[in-house]
Amino acid sequence: MARSNKPILWLPFAGGGLVAALIIPVLILISGVLVPLGLVHLSYDKMAAFAHNPFGKLILFGAIALPAWHAGHRLRMTAHDLGLGGGAVVKVICYGFAGVLIVLSAVRLVLV
Amino acid sequence: MSRRPYIRSMKPGWWLGQRRYFVYMVRELTSLFIGLYCALLVIGIFRLSQGRAAWDGFVAALSSPSGIIFQLICLSFAIYHSATWFAVTPKAMPLVVKGEPVPARTIVAFHYGAWAVVSLIVLIAAGI
Amino acid sequence: MREEITLEILRYQPELADEPRLQSYIVPYHEDWVVLDALNHIKDNLDATLSYRWSCHMAICGSCGMMINGEPKLACHAFLRDYRHAVIRVGPLEHFPIERDLVIVMDDFMDKLSSVQPYLITQQKRQLSEGENLQTPLQLMAFKQYTLCINCLLCYAACPQCGLNENFVGPAALALAHRYNLDSRDGGKDERADVVASDNGIWECTFVGACSEVSPKYVDPAAAIQQTKISASLDWFKAWLRPGAYR
Repeated sequence: MARSNKPILWLPFAGGGLVAALIIPVLILISGVLVPLGLVHLSYDKMAAFAHNPFGKLILFGAIALPAWHAGHRLRMTAHDLGLGGGAVVKVICYGFAGVLIVLSAVRLVLV
Repeated sequence: MSRRPYIRSMKPGWWLGQRRYFVYMVRELTSLFIGLYCALLVIGIFRLSQGRAAWDGFVAALSSPSGIIFQLICLSFAIYHSATWFAVTPKAMPLVVKGEPVPARTIVAFHYGAWAVVSLIVLIAAGI
Repeated sequence: MREEITLEILRYQPELADEPRLQSYIVPYHEDWVVLDALNHIKDNLDATLSYRWSCHMAICGSCGMMINGEPKLACHAFLRDYRHAVIRVGPLEHFPIERDLVIVMDDFMDKLSSVQPYLITQQKRQLSEGENLQTPLQLMAFKQYTLCINCLLCYAACPQCGLNENFVGPAALALAHRYNLDSRDGGKDERADVVASDNGIWECTFVGACSEVSPKYVDPAAAIQQTKISASLDWFKAWLRPGAYR
């Protein structure tokens, strides 16, 4: 047996778990409860300004990329638990899903 | 007499057999809904970049019945993720300060405090 | 009228049948009896062919681990009075091959235990003239709880990853590795990492936490493994930054 390279997958998973725990609930509260109730208005001007701001881009990217990686890795481990195996297909689907979200958000935030 | 050890294999539904395993599986599946909500956020960024009309359409979709139901499901799982994540953090990162172990309760409380602070900042920034 | 209680035991006698079967026994109920007392009664009075491991009868030797109503427990630590209104199902520990009746094959575990090199490893041999290793209470406190493992294997029976992957080094072995890694007298963390930080080591663990829930000595192997994940990740990162410094 040799030392595994799992840390490269695990460290962002752990970081993503913490970021997801701290920020995702309030984001869903806003978009899924407060906006429909009319208590918060996410105007185009305000959101566009935030997304144009470099700091805003960083926050948006962090809030998406790390939780997305967390989800991808955890779903891969859960697929194994559910008997779907730990093969290449599972890895491609899970890390691919996370990777697509990360790349798309990075590209879009850089270009917007 | 020769030995003939009997091998038992795990049943695919093993996690349904005991409450503790079922709760574990629910905890793991929180990541599915966090991942799906991240996808929603990515869609939101795309709509934002496509202009005012696209963004307003996105916000309207958030407020649709299916949008709300989906997000409420995501919210329940996200909260459960936060609670379970904070609960196990003291095990992964035990702290010793001045020769005394920091009680797990304190580490957990600190995380809930951070959660509250972050949430408040985001809410204020969103214009509540 | 004397009270009674029924035990339904999974029997496996390879010379008699290919498959395990259930066999019920009715034993006297005593308020202070444990399941081990019931098994001893069966062996002494009802069925001498029943095989099981036991020794101390006081939850310190770790011999009598078995599944009791689906939960890994020490038979000497499970009181009949807690099960009195139903049949008690007794079976061999999960995730191990059954040798016979309630006796499991633990050869693999013995290999896994020795593979983590559970002894003090130092770069230089200490000379007698240097005297004893001194250790402060604080240094002892750092690893003391991980010394309490009695190798009862309840954690392996509880851990679904042990069931899904027979090559997983497992909670007890990894907790013992952690015990030595945290010991101030030890310098062997790197050497152990080839096994501990391998794919079949800590990285098979998904923090189900069942191991720590069933540990009769509150060893908390789950905590040991999560702490090892963090330190192994930091070591991996440091090695990546300085390729020559680590093997």
